[in-house]
Amino acid sequence: MTWEVVIGLEVHVQLNTRSKIFSGSATTFGAEPNTQASLIDLGMPGVLPVLNQGAVRNAIKFGLGINAELGYKSVFARKNYFYPDLPKGYQISQMDLPIVGRGHLDITLDDGVVKRVGITRAHLEEDAGKSLHEDFSGMTGIDLNRAGTPLLEIVSEPDMRSAKEAVAYAKAIHALIRYLDISDGNMAEGSMRCDCNVSVRQKGSEAFGTRREIKNVNSFKFIEKAINVEVEWQIEELESGRSIRQDTVLYDVNKNETRSMRSKEEANDYRYFPDPDLLPVVLDEALIEAIRATLPELPGAKRERFVAQFGLPDYDAGVLVASRDLAAFFEATVTAANGAAKQAANWVMGDLLGALNKAEKDISESPISAQQLGGMINRISDNTISGKIAKQVFQALMDGEGSSADEIIEKKGLKQETDSGAIEALIDAVIADNPDNVAAYRSGKDKLFGFFVGEVMKRSKGKANPGQVNELLKTKLA
Amino acid sequence: MHDKTLAELAAGLARKDFSSRELTQHFLDRIQRFDGELNSFVTICSTEALQQADAADAARAAGNASVLTGVPFAQKDIFCTQGVKTACGSKMLDNFIAPYNAAVIEKFNAAGAVMLGKTNMDEFAMGSSNETSFYGPVKNPWDKTKVPGGSSGGSAAAVGARLAPAATGTDTGGSIRQPAALCNLTGLKPTYGRVSRWGMIAFASSLDQAGPMAQSAEDAALMLNVMSGHDARDSTSIVHDVPDYTAALGDSIAGLRIGLPKQYFGEGLDAGVAKVIETAIAELKKLGATVVEIDLPTSDLAVPAYYVIAPAECSSNLSRFDGVRFGHRCENPKDLTDLYKRSRAEGFGAEVKRRIMVGTYALSAGYYDAYYLQAQKVRRLIKSDFERAFEQCDVIAGPTSPSVAFGLGEKQANPIAMYLSDIYTIATNLAGLPGMSLPAGFEKNLPVGLQLIGNYWSEARLLNVAHRYQQVTEWHRRIPAEFA
Repeated sequence: MTWEVVIGLEVHVQLNTRSKIFSGSATTFGAEPNTQASLIDLGMPGVLPVLNQGAVRNAIKFGLGINAELGYKSVFARKNYFYPDLPKGYQISQMDLPIVGRGHLDITLDDGVVKRVGITRAHLEEDAGKSLHEDFSGMTGIDLNRAGTPLLEIVSEPDMRSAKEAVAYAKAIHALIRYLDISDGNMAEGSMRCDCNVSVRQKGSEAFGTRREIKNVNSFKFIEKAINVEVEWQIEELESGRSIRQDTVLYDVNKNETRSMRSKEEANDYRYFPDPDLLPVVLDEALIEAIRATLPELPGAKRERFVAQFGLPDYDAGVLVASRDLAAFFEATVTAANGAAKQAANWVMGDLLGALNKAEKDISESPISAQQLGGMINRISDNTISGKIAKQVFQALMDGEGSSADEIIEKKGLKQETDSGAIEALIDAVIADNPDNVAAYRSGKDKLFGFFVGEVMKRSKGKANPGQVNELLKTKLA
Repeated sequence: MHDKTLAELAAGLARKDFSSRELTQHFLDRIQRFDGELNSFVTICSTEALQQADAADAARAAGNASVLTGVPFAQKDIFCTQGVKTACGSKMLDNFIAPYNAAVIEKFNAAGAVMLGKTNMDEFAMGSSNETSFYGPVKNPWDKTKVPGGSSGGSAAAVGARLAPAATGTDTGGSIRQPAALCNLTGLKPTYGRVSRWGMIAFASSLDQAGPMAQSAEDAALMLNVMSGHDARDSTSIVHDVPDYTAALGDSIAGLRIGLPKQYFGEGLDAGVAKVIETAIAELKKLGATVVEIDLPTSDLAVPAYYVIAPAECSSNLSRFDGVRFGHRCENPKDLTDLYKRSRAEGFGAEVKRRIMVGTYALSAGYYDAYYLQAQKVRRLIKSDFERAFEQCDVIAGPTSPSVAFGLGEKQANPIAMYLSDIYTIATNLAGLPGMSLPAGFEKNLPVGLQLIGNYWSEARLLNVAHRYQQVTEWHRRIPAEFA
């Protein structure tokens, strides 16, 4: 039996406003417990919420970023449930009328194919506090610093068909929120968390299978692993003749398994109703347009431009637009390299990102600048150095051994040998020293050509121009 | 001094007939003497009040006094008062010392007023007789076997017995107007959004509104001048100019069109009360007003809609009282669920529990559309009823309460009968309109209140009508003999 996987994601993004969504408390991460909790965050009797307009502007930005219908009138609703880190006994969220309506986001898959994922809605809500179970000798501590932090919950359509697609979507959301500068996107600090709704169905079936929701996954790697292990489990259940129950599950990172938290029957009745303490939010057309005018070029448009302007493959363009900084680095490199875009893409995506990943550094912390990298590419283009020698130059630049490729080439004597007389002399010497191989080649052992090239390059210490070596060898061995 | 209105006391202070300390001490003494029996105060702030009085006297000596500087008030215990117990009539908050001041308290403080203490009230303002208070019932100063009305029963009894010159109240379905009627006071519930709700412990957020409970329309106007105004901390507070509410009090009401809703004079209205109201309306006609009968066809839906919306909102508003951060916590909880269940079961009284359960039910999946949404639709109909009515008249008049003060314990076993005592006041809250009650006479030796309802932001007009009436009548000056 062939199974098809169906995935929808709910992504919670912490917005980067300086203060909370309904109070003036700061939102800085990592402060001493309860030092950023005001009367409002504590849910004191008599306090009232006031909506942070910065959070509204961030939501509008996001709506514009996914070409969404913007809810011209949206309403805050109370989601009622009891929990110690939920001070009011309800969370202020949005239900019937979210601030951002239907939109979409294009994602690039590994094979370069661009897929459009539908976004059902995005709504504003407040985060809860944290329950601390350690160091209280059997009791629970409550830290309300996070309570009231603004979140944007982004709900996708069930449009993804594999864990890899889900990750590509999550990465695209991550790139978008950072381009829009509405969140720091720091997943380790919980600024972006994912709930993954996963089901499987027989290939060709129209109806969806019963889904299970994996709660609070906080890295791309775990999204992929959690979905894969969940899919495996669901298929095994179905193939063993059992059925899937609509559950909320947790992903156990250590055991690499998903475990049921609660079933649908045990789920709360949240008794949503419009919050009478807050007025409906009416979005002004002029405000929306003013915000639209401040939007940067977004990843989707940038990717299309990179393909059209630089002739890059879809895949390369997709990788390079993952962050604003990376895209900017690439473009600066292309400029410095006098338009050698494909070369620039290869160096940035290959050697540079490889080295940065290894060092766990961001592009903004790159030891080599776009100007240095572009300058080095220029020396490849004008045959001053070969691609192979360039690797040495690149490493030297990364290690800070010089301020430019030219300086390093000069200092280390890496300039390519292009004097045909000198190369001919080397070739003559190689031919003279290897009469047997020359005879064998001439009698038809074509494969030996590589041997001669290698010998010549070795004697030139890698500096002979490989093209010229090839040409001259062919003539001399003919 | 206690037979003087707020306006007269303010004038006396200005003339230095007496100091704020003397005035404050006088009322503190009266509270000491009479309140053991009435039970209108839950907290008496003797020390703080005298400190405030001295500060007010100093400010006056320095030439920094405003109208109400040094005048003592009683504050309903629903307003958070920094450093002073704020219990809201509930065991749940019996141990709660508020860490901040409500906007209304801030405004009285800024005006240099003195706070004598906090007044008794129905638990979380849920009740019409002050019998749901954890601190015991309040007695009506006109007849101590009767209720003072509720939920602002403590404020009403305190001012009725002149233990305070005036007090604040809050009104969600009649909680200022009905006790004002039952205790012979002038009480006003402003337009929703006129007075900030910041620091006022929420019962039903879309209906709650604070207002003055005083001896006269003039006194109420003086208080409203202090209490009104936009507050950025309350998103439902509305930006709207605050006039001087005393400015137009004396204006003529000749040509005023008074609408009499036929639904407010039908079955259920006590015949004696009806007679008093008719006499009062005749008095207004003598002042030049004309009368027109109006139709408020959805009147009978107001109480049912209210008893869906108010409990729905309260069921959510009262969730924060969970025994975790403040308020009552049960002894030795064995786990989290036990902590919640027992803290709330022990902390809340029967009426509060009843409303939390009704509200929880009304908001539950499968019932929401039939109850909550339906009630919201009724609410819109009620609003449009009033809109149509105000095309025909300037002010609506009728009884505040269907009967005079009823006996302590009389309606306690029958919640529906209790709910119906607010039958004429509830629609005003659902529509967000201003309404007031003023003394209009007596029936069986108990006060009867005339209710006036105005269009949005017409508080000055209501006060003007009431003041003109009070210029030609003496009902509002009557004090129960025992407290004279």
